[in-house]
Amino acid sequence: MLDDKDRIFTNVHGFQPWNLDAARKRGDWDNTKALMARGQDQIIEDIKASGLRGRGGAGFPTGMKWSFMPKEPKPGKPSFLVINADESEPGSCKDREIIRHDPHKLIEGALIAGFAMRARAAYIYIRGEFIYEAKVLFAAVEEAYAAGLLGKNAAGSGYDFDVFVHRGAGAYICGEETAQIESLEGKKGQPRLKPPFPAGAGLYGCPTTVNNVESIAVAPTILRRGAAWFAGIGREGNKGTKLFQISGHVNKPCVVEEEMGISFRDLIDIHAGGIRGGWDNLLAVIPGGSSVPLVPAAQIMDAPMDFDGLKALGSGLGTAAVIVMDKSTDIVRAISRLSYFYKHESCGQCTPCREGTGWMWRVMERLRTGEAAVEEIDMLLDVTKQVEGHTICALGDAAAWPIQGLLRHFRPEVERRIADRGNAGGTMMEAAE
Amino acid sequence: MADAAPIPDEAETRARWGDFAWSAENAEQAKTIIARYPPGRQQSAVMPLLDLAQRQVGAETQTQGWLPVPVMEYIGQQLGMAYIRVLEVASFYTMYNLAPVGRYHVQVCGTTPCMLRGSDDVLDACYKKGLKKGATTPDGLFTLTEVECLGACANAPMVQINDDNYEDLTFETTTAILEALAKGEQPKIGPQIDRQTSCPEGGPTTLKEMVGENHDYRGRWNQPA
Repeated sequence: MLDDKDRIFTNVHGFQPWNLDAARKRGDWDNTKALMARGQDQIIEDIKASGLRGRGGAGFPTGMKWSFMPKEPKPGKPSFLVINADESEPGSCKDREIIRHDPHKLIEGALIAGFAMRARAAYIYIRGEFIYEAKVLFAAVEEAYAAGLLGKNAAGSGYDFDVFVHRGAGAYICGEETAQIESLEGKKGQPRLKPPFPAGAGLYGCPTTVNNVESIAVAPTILRRGAAWFAGIGREGNKGTKLFQISGHVNKPCVVEEEMGISFRDLIDIHAGGIRGGWDNLLAVIPGGSSVPLVPAAQIMDAPMDFDGLKALGSGLGTAAVIVMDKSTDIVRAISRLSYFYKHESCGQCTPCREGTGWMWRVMERLRTGEAAVEEIDMLLDVTKQVEGHTICALGDAAAWPIQGLLRHFRPEVERRIADRGNAGGTMMEAAE
Repeated sequence: MADAAPIPDEAETRARWGDFAWSAENAEQAKTIIARYPPGRQQSAVMPLLDLAQRQVGAETQTQGWLPVPVMEYIGQQLGMAYIRVLEVASFYTMYNLAPVGRYHVQVCGTTPCMLRGSDDVLDACYKKGLKKGATTPDGLFTLTEVECLGACANAPMVQINDDNYEDLTFETTTAILEALAKGEQPKIGPQIDRQTSCPEGGPTTLKEMVGENHDYRGRWNQPA
């Protein structure tokens, strides 16, 4: 278990105030100027050396991402940092805790990261439903301006930097970086084709980096304590601490910061009060938010919770949103409800996703009730393969993977339902109605 | 809004909202919002302005608010955008209501993490109180919508009613919240069980010093574990 002194988000549960005074007493904004005086290239080197991988789900090395930004912005083409606080992945609720309880870690991180990538300003894109959280964030940014920590000569560093908050209005797809940029420009949040990548042409056609809230908010502490400290936690290629969000059938759901690579069993026993009904009652776990395939109980119990540990199980760490399901779960319904989510959230731009998500959900519902014919299982799998990889963004993949995971591990249960309805040899119904 | 009622008759809407303009306070707020974006990029302000307008309509109608066509035209004019570009945005994002809603917009999260923790019971409590999905109760108090994940999964199941989250719900606590709102009372916001935000029920497993004081852990940074 991680020692309390090595936790970055010490106010994660909001026992103490979020304001600037209280944040300073916890160590935020402590001589930020000196951190920036190390120079842009050194900050990027330090973040690279820390082994920090993006906390938004894809796990791309953060320092490397920053290094893609132009070293000398062209006139009329300032660089931008966009901070992705659109947290909408079912299971994820960590950025919310950072923003409402430790917003100054994020704002200080925005200044440091923006400076390192030579950006002119940061836009924090916060999901519209985080109404209280946005109020806190607006107020915290205002405090930082009033204290001279943002704006001209931010924190006395000699660097001018602005931070703006932009509220979304309810669209999961705006968590995708190019959709987020479109939305920031005042349009429908429909993803752009890449290339050009945002680092070349992003917000307003200018070089842009989009980073997750957690990736940005941990940066100041990494610089203060040194890359070696962060790199000394976790396993090779999976360094540092991580906010885990535990939901579903545990005795005490919670959000907690732990070391990367903690075993699933320890995570649940130490922090979440164990599995509801005991470990024998565990059915399956979605370990990284709705987009990653589920893992059956036997495989996940002692697995390390990090990028590579979960990849080895055919799943992923994603945002570390751990959705636990015990044996009372209607597993087909649980996944079908996710299929409905993706149907609802498809932006409608690419045909395979727009049509496929609805199609997959309708067949999933037939599998749930058992009214499908047994051939429809393979047909559904085939459709998931036709959606996966054939769309502009990863929403199509994200809709396909949970279904593939279900059929990989729980096909007998799906077949049993069909057999129970007596349809096993029956004629196939028209699934696409 | 998902499962939205059909957009109301345009002639009536125009008669009621044709002369919509910002209140003095919101006119100032609109300027502040537009100033967040670079010159010439004022289109970026369309989302916050739609939200502001919906709130103003809400204040005038004692509801959560909605976006009549003339209101969207007004915003389009202010930002130099064609009406269709404004409508595109308003119809793409779920938080903009394109038809009137009740005083309280009850948005029950039904996505898997909430479903696992009992969102069916939360919906049942709503049905028992006469709420129907996609409809407003005859007294104009409640509109019920099943929404997708609202990002409070460690406090599931939850409902957002207008601007407030109610978390860790049961059939009983949901019923109590609806009854309190109907009586004009303000229920307690946040977790409905004895629990601090997303901390484990019964008290934290980490950072226990923080409960009583704003503890500074830096003094131990260089100590061995």
